[in-house]
Amino acid sequence: MESSPATAPALDSPVKIAVRNLSVFYGATQALRSVSLDIPEARVTALIGPSGCGKSTFLRCLNRMNDRIHGARIEGSVNIDGEDLYGADVDPVVLRRRVGMVFQKSNPFPKSIFENVAFGPRVHGMRDPVALREVVERSLHQSALWEEVADRLGSSALDLSGGQQQRLCIARALAVQPEVLLMDEPASALDPIATAKIEELIQELKRDYTIVIVTHNMQQAARVSDYTAYFYLGHLVEFDATSVLFTNPSRQETEDYITGRFG
Amino acid sequence: MPQHTDRAYESQLGKLRSCLLEMGGLVEAQIAQAVRSLTERDPVLAHATVDRDHTVNRLDVEIDELSMKLIALHQPAARDLRLITTALKITTDLERIGDLATHIAERAIELTAEPPLKTYVDIPRMAELASSMVHRSLDAFVREDIELALQVCGSDDTIDGLHDQLLEELLSFMVKHPQAISRIMRLLFVSKYLERIGDHATNIAEMVIFLVKGTSIRHMDTIPREL
Repeated sequence: MESSPATAPALDSPVKIAVRNLSVFYGATQALRSVSLDIPEARVTALIGPSGCGKSTFLRCLNRMNDRIHGARIEGSVNIDGEDLYGADVDPVVLRRRVGMVFQKSNPFPKSIFENVAFGPRVHGMRDPVALREVVERSLHQSALWEEVADRLGSSALDLSGGQQQRLCIARALAVQPEVLLMDEPASALDPIATAKIEELIQELKRDYTIVIVTHNMQQAARVSDYTAYFYLGHLVEFDATSVLFTNPSRQETEDYITGRFG
Repeated sequence: MPQHTDRAYESQLGKLRSCLLEMGGLVEAQIAQAVRSLTERDPVLAHATVDRDHTVNRLDVEIDELSMKLIALHQPAARDLRLITTALKITTDLERIGDLATHIAERAIELTAEPPLKTYVDIPRMAELASSMVHRSLDAFVREDIELALQVCGSDDTIDGLHDQLLEELLSFMVKHPQAISRIMRLLFVSKYLERIGDHATNIAEMVIFLVKGTSIRHMDTIPREL
């Protein structure tokens, strides 16, 4: 079955990522059904929907994380700034530098705070200690963690609290200066204060980055995002400005989901 | 529409609706009673109408509290959010309608204490229209009927026209019968109260359109063709 939203909203920012007729198969199972969506630059786009709706699959297509899954097959196209992400000459490692990702469970390396953040730039060839130090400091500032760790950059990242570890992971993603930041449930394992910090951080970051966030917390989607896409059974049901989607959605399925009528 | 997975939430929303309807029924009866106490010069009935206002006020507070609780505990969205917003707004309109009916009853008590006026002119007709506007606006709310809501908005011009007409008639009556001025003034107040009831019913009807369509038509000079 074809699926594209009944109406595409007028975006208030240029398109950063254009997804067209994207279908994903895991073996015989089709996880995503011909989804077309324009993701605006320097905005936060939230993907919501029940478990198994395809939102995480969609997110993972945006930096080719599905490449690593055995038996995954992808149809359709994803263009970032007009360039085909799945083009034959695209190196996924280089791509993931442009499109960073933060996961649900914070996953710092068992190294020092400094080394965690410096890891990406090192992989991409940065050797100069002064430059590395600058990148680490800038990234930690951007992820609102600097004040809390400035005096202990050498201590283990695993000594940080859960919320701090998640912000460290954001700093690590930012260190390679990506253009897009993908976040898969970045605050679901955090307490309300740490969650509020991450949400505030997202608002700060959207000035410089295009952010796509998957969340099960609908109030979080409503709070942090500018646009929201509702997925169900692999279809994109509705995509609209968040303020419209949460007050006056145009599709009954969306209405039922966001008001808590799960049938 | 499917039910909420959270049954308690579903039943609280149901309770909100029924509180509004109960309040609506009460104020409708209040208007009818108040006007009857005026035309039939029945001070006992007028006092009963005034006393009844407590119940309406209690429901107003109850609806406010229930709405706040729903917002705080359930973070409502979409239609649920619009229902609660609508409830918060129309409870104020209903409460004001109750107050206006009480004022009519108070004027009735004062007028009954004085010699009867020859004419109550169009007051009963206005009261009938005001009461029907309230009734239809609540009907539109229950049935989520936009057509009916728009009809109520249209009736507002009629009741405004009746009030203007009555004002003219009573003014010339006052010139001819200066000894009746204080009584005529009271009657004029009643006419104004009924006209205000029409305004509140119109507000309710406008909120019904917001509830169903999610678009606000308040403060527009003309009702848009496309909703």
